[in-house]
Amino acid sequence: MKAMSSMERVLTTLGHREPDRVPLFLLLTMHGAKELGLGIKEYFGNVEHVVEGQLRMLKKYRHDCLYPFFYAPIEVEAWGGEVIYADDGPPNSGAPVITSAEKVASLSPPDVYRTPCLLKVLDVISGLKANVGGTVPIIGVVMSPFSLPVMQMGFGAYFELMHEQPDFFWKLMRVNEAFCCDWATAQLKAGATAICYFDPVSSPTIIPREHYLETGFVIAKRTIASIQGPVATHLASGRCMGISDLLPQTGTAVVGVSMEEDLDVLKSAFAGKATIMGNLNGIAMRNWNAEDAEKAVKKAVSLAARGGGFILSDNHGEIPWQVPEDSLLAIGEAVREWGRYSLGGDHD
Amino acid sequence: MERYCMYDPSDSMLDTAFWGALMRSNRHDAEQIMRQLLVQTSPPGSAEKLVVTALERIGADWESGRAALSQVYMSGRICEELMALIFPRTPDGNNVSGRCAIVLLNDYHTLGKRIVLSALRASGFSIQDWGQMTQEQLVAKALESDVEVLLISTLMLASALKVKDLKTELDAKGFNGKLLVGGAPFRLDKRLWKDVGADATADNAMDSIRVLSSLLGRQS
Repeated sequence: MKAMSSMERVLTTLGHREPDRVPLFLLLTMHGAKELGLGIKEYFGNVEHVVEGQLRMLKKYRHDCLYPFFYAPIEVEAWGGEVIYADDGPPNSGAPVITSAEKVASLSPPDVYRTPCLLKVLDVISGLKANVGGTVPIIGVVMSPFSLPVMQMGFGAYFELMHEQPDFFWKLMRVNEAFCCDWATAQLKAGATAICYFDPVSSPTIIPREHYLETGFVIAKRTIASIQGPVATHLASGRCMGISDLLPQTGTAVVGVSMEEDLDVLKSAFAGKATIMGNLNGIAMRNWNAEDAEKAVKKAVSLAARGGGFILSDNHGEIPWQVPEDSLLAIGEAVREWGRYSLGGDHD
Repeated sequence: MERYCMYDPSDSMLDTAFWGALMRSNRHDAEQIMRQLLVQTSPPGSAEKLVVTALERIGADWESGRAALSQVYMSGRICEELMALIFPRTPDGNNVSGRCAIVLLNDYHTLGKRIVLSALRASGFSIQDWGQMTQEQLVAKALESDVEVLLISTLMLASALKVKDLKTELDAKGFNGKLLVGGAPFRLDKRLWKDVGADATADNAMDSIRVLSSLLGRQS
């Protein structure tokens, strides 16, 4: 089979057909700083750094996407919150921006085009698009309106709001939905190929299915319908089998799946309805040698590659800072060796 | 309500009713069940047994994927509040002695700590909450407080890995307590707690009751 571009490879698998090889998404963010010999804060402080970092990693690891995602709390930063940087991990969000349910009543979403931290991301997307055109998918990222409050107000306070103050909860959802739609639209306009809709709170790991049906499911259907481009839903290590019948109904084309569930079972559950993306263990990956990487890749390919509808990736949506270059290179090599569909489709 | 009047601590129907109220995050029903229990019978530790039985079941449900984190969190919080409300003289639960503290090490994700704290306090443990600390702060506090068990909660891998440096420094400075670690990195990498030199790990809040009891040399 003729070698495909990354875009062709991904589009083919999204169509539930077999490309030349299994697409590999190394969802790398902070590693760009290592490429440039910079600290994490310094790296994300400059658009040119992030563009250069992403392009260098694309070339080095020969994987199949660009990931202009900075860090999760960037959206909280946009709402006026604090971002706390670390030297050896992703930035965290600081004190909650919503300190009481009553504050929700006066909340209004930030204007994407007047928010410096978001404008930086848009500039990175434009810069990447100018470099790769339509040959490599550029994956924009939004936090779902349903999951963003974990950073806006803290997990515990959010659970309590959900259970005890439904009026404020739904008010918050409406405000967050408006922002999410604006933010996704701006990224698509800047050149993103697709939007990754991070929605860990919707996972049955976090809330029961019955609760999801009344909340996250309704919100995802409304929000994804308002995004004028392809959407991948990622539950950030959370399980999804308990809602596998519902996720495709939200309009998502891809589901990021957990290492806590079996890939073959997931593949069957989503067959023909959504592409699954996962589920390499990013935590264990920091200790992988070439043999470990090959074993993990071969196993995933054997369980989920047949017939397309599969993208190999980590299970969380962001590879930890501690994962070394050698492990990432080994994963790339293993995919090129064992992920080829020209092996006759026998991946067992 | 009548069926609660004949409470026997082994009454599985009562246990199931209380568990059901917690799984629905229904504080009112949970409180009514516990108050009925205490009106009709007051064997020592019966309320605590009711709480522990329900939280153990929810912990097992969480491990098997039948319960969600929101249910674990709300259950722990409701139980902690009920125990404090019904037994106001022991709001922190002082039935199980032992100098223990829980802390976040260089991590800002408080939920796991909160869940573990609620479950332990509702089960009668006295646990100091040290909030979030850097290694330097934690070493000083641990030495000054002379705790028997230090529970460390993490979500970020970088924070989990920092336990190794913490352990080295604590050992060098003569800390005699034990380190019990927990959180997502330790769940996802089963060797990690040993790699960082911890004395034990617990997979969830209810498991922390068992492990902490063991570290303190008591039966859970």
